[in-house]
Amino acid sequence: MSEAIRLTPPLTDADVERLRSGDRVLISGTIYTGRDAAHKRLVDLLEQGKELPLPLQGEIIYFVGPTPARPGHAIGAAGPTTSYRMDSYSPTLLAHGLKGMIGKGGRSQAVKDAMKTYKGIYFTAVGGAGALLAQRIKKAEVIAYEDLGPEAIRRLEVEDFPVVVVNDIYGNDLYEQGVSQYQK
Amino acid sequence: MREIAVGSISDAVASLCMAANYELGDDMQAVIATAIDREESPTGIDILKQLQENAAIAAHDRVAICQDTGLAVVFVEVGQEVHLVGGDLSAAINDGVRRGYQEGFLRKSSCHPFTRKNTGDNTPAIIHYSLVPGDKVKIIVAPKGGGSENMSKVVMLKPADGIEGIKREVVAWVQQAGANPCPPTIVGVGIGGTFERAALLAKEALLRPAGDPSADPELALLEKDLLAAINELGIGPQGLGGRVTSFAVHVKMLPCHIASLPLAINIQCHAARHKEVVI
Repeated sequence: MSEAIRLTPPLTDADVERLRSGDRVLISGTIYTGRDAAHKRLVDLLEQGKELPLPLQGEIIYFVGPTPARPGHAIGAAGPTTSYRMDSYSPTLLAHGLKGMIGKGGRSQAVKDAMKTYKGIYFTAVGGAGALLAQRIKKAEVIAYEDLGPEAIRRLEVEDFPVVVVNDIYGNDLYEQGVSQYQK
Repeated sequence: MREIAVGSISDAVASLCMAANYELGDDMQAVIATAIDREESPTGIDILKQLQENAAIAAHDRVAICQDTGLAVVFVEVGQEVHLVGGDLSAAINDGVRRGYQEGFLRKSSCHPFTRKNTGDNTPAIIHYSLVPGDKVKIIVAPKGGGSENMSKVVMLKPADGIEGIKREVVAWVQQAGANPCPPTIVGVGIGGTFERAALLAKEALLRPAGDPSADPELALLEKDLLAAINELGIGPQGLGGRVTSFAVHVKMLPCHIASLPLAINIQCHAARHKEVVI
């Protein structure tokens, strides 16, 4: 397998331009969490022209709802959740500067088009590998929507967080290409 | 008549909720290891190895295998010679779930369907009772995650669709589910009964040790055929392409109405959790 690419957010257009579907990537630095309910609130704020509780420019949102942390642990199990539930919100966030998303499963055409237009990238991490991925999260802090519990927005400090590029800005989709390669 | 205090059942449920979420069964560890030998995609092999490493970390750190620690599905077989004392059995089971999820640092995923407000303690549990001969109580706790559960369905086929119709429906559905249920999966299939019984059959099929064939030779053959067809789809680990889309297909069947052919498909990801105890 090819060597993994190392990335540290915030990402630039140049970072996104060099990524290709199938690339293995190790992310280190700050990323943010958000799932269904948090996405809805963020998009509502943008539509009202209000300020968001997190920076979006160049940042990566990880679709995850972790288990509570044991004492002495930064976070509980923290694998990706299914991304299609965020499809109706992602184009708006991409238009406002979001660069990366980490989840699992395919995205809608509207999200793929928005990634092309605004130079965004979609990664997947291994679904269900919550214990393994939690080890790569060194720090976690709730920064917004604490009332949402596991769905609150957290700022994570990650180290060598393993993901694979699914959708790049050139129209490639690893779900389609990988499957057609092995289909009989 | 043997007396069993419901408090002991509550304690057992609490322990089972934790054990099921931390410890991937030997059956799952075995099918993952076999899948690594069969997989041809380098990305797929890497993913399967991450699943092995994940299971080891979860067991060691007593951290959940998957952050989706599921709704607590509880199967209870009550011996008809048992007298349950000390309170309401369902309340005791829910109390066990409440304590298990709180003490075990497990995620509470139960919410109101409209407002989406979390119930806060992962109750009510989904409880299935059956009355059996004997003087014991068997409890199986099978936490079920949302990602794979969402990729499940019940369909009422026509009798004329027959076994070929069943095969077409199952394979087409697994293809449509694609990456969403976190493949490789175990596909639980329930055939026959009624609309609601078929769904329960499909879920019961997931309780069998992964990869153990049905005791009925006809169903064992159907399981083998379905698995082969599913693994030709090329979906592979996490849907990124590969030879191993499912680890196993488990089928359960019951007679049905002459006018009906109910079929249910309940998909299970690699976090195929079920732990049991007999009291």
